[in-house]
Amino acid sequence: MIKTQNLSKNYDGILAVDDLSFSVEPGEVLGFLGPNGAGKSTTMRMIAGFITPTGGTASICGHDIQQEPLQAKAMLGYLPEGAPHYGEMSVGSFLEFIADLRGLAGAVRKSRLDHVIGRLQLDGVIAQTMETLSKGFKRRVGLAQAIVHDPPVLILDEPTDGLDPIQKHEVRTLIGEIAKEKTIVISTHILEEVDAVCTRALIIARGKLVADDTPAGLRARAPSGRLDDVFRAVAA
Amino acid sequence: MKTVRFIMRRELSGYFSTPIAYVVLVIFLLLANWFAFWTGALYERGQADLAPLFTFVPWLYLFLIPAVSMRLWSEERRSGSIELLLTQPVTLWQAVLGKFLAAWIFIGIALALTFPAWITVNMLGNPDNGAIFAAYLGCFFVAAGFLAVGSFTSSITKNQLIAFLLAAAVCVVLLMAGFPAVINLFQRWAPAWLVEGVASLSFLTHFENITKGVLDLRDVLYYALITLFFLLASTVVLESRKSK
Repeated sequence: MIKTQNLSKNYDGILAVDDLSFSVEPGEVLGFLGPNGAGKSTTMRMIAGFITPTGGTASICGHDIQQEPLQAKAMLGYLPEGAPHYGEMSVGSFLEFIADLRGLAGAVRKSRLDHVIGRLQLDGVIAQTMETLSKGFKRRVGLAQAIVHDPPVLILDEPTDGLDPIQKHEVRTLIGEIAKEKTIVISTHILEEVDAVCTRALIIARGKLVADDTPAGLRARAPSGRLDDVFRAVAA
Repeated sequence: MKTVRFIMRRELSGYFSTPIAYVVLVIFLLLANWFAFWTGALYERGQADLAPLFTFVPWLYLFLIPAVSMRLWSEERRSGSIELLLTQPVTLWQAVLGKFLAAWIFIGIALALTFPAWITVNMLGNPDNGAIFAAYLGCFFVAAGFLAVGSFTSSITKNQLIAFLLAAAVCVVLLMAGFPAVINLFQRWAPAWLVEGVASLSFLTHFENITKGVLDLRDVLYYALITLFFLLASTVVLESRKSK
């Protein structure tokens, strides 16, 4: 599970994330919504331990990301915004590198690599260097490295960005499949995604939490029953 | 330790997957041999040793090492892959050390590829191969000091060119501190302890014994401390970036 308590980030006087407290339980797929610049990525980066909060704490499966970073990170699969990668590396050696860092070895390493390569349909590009891949493939490699160690917690920053409708559907199906026993947070600004995969949605605007509800509960807040009307009303 | 090895291996294979590494190697070897055989008059001086080669090594390092170290962190930060790396269960120190070791091995390869000069002196005479080996080892230690400086300057900027220039600048200062001209400049006004201090901080002062094939523990310790200091500084810089 993920837990944040009064999580804040102050960039030289600009409050990017303002006193955010929430927790996500196993089995939940939390949609993390908000306009561009609302603080979604900053929040995810703090939970993943890439940047240090100016206030508050975050923990993954009970391990505080500041106090026990290695234990917390071991529980986490993380897809950073924009799916950064090593351009000159081949897909195969990149995934092997991540599997090594994740402590996978022997038969488990091989079966996990085979699994994610098959699951994300990367067989055809396994020998290609990452810089030659299309945006959609880069994102899928990013997803593959996030789940290669079968982590109990997943944080995916815009996992379907840049994918075509078929690939989007594929990724949503994948998330749906693994969601049962995992804690998953995905950020998105595509509202249809919330209906498609999320059991709960959290909307932030200007770093503050403005709504926390099920997709159905959110929809009920607008007379039209449309998510984007609700989104505009609370995030504006 | 395993983690360090994985990071080192990835980094090292990264060097050889771009043409830059080969270009740098070729330029280094051309210059090293040019200086040794022409400027250093390896043949004409009629002595069977590699002193002409080793004398120029620190000056060649001025371009070789920054070229190798500039990408260590700048490239990770520019491409954003640093976020991927540092959200794996690795500590900053493991990442800094792994990358440094990869660059160090690369320099080791560059040094080893000067072996034709060694073969040449062995064909022409009977050099003291023990001293030559010690000098090679010394050059390898010196490289660690330079590389750690490069790791540090690479950690403070996303721009590889700036990382290169800063590393070269810091290394020039560290080299020149032992130059007679610089020492004289200080001697005019500074107390003796300061002159000594500046001179003893110099890469060059500690390099001279090494070229002669004398591995003094104090010189090795000096380079080890310089290396450790700048690697720790890299870690501190990267850690502070997280709070930016």
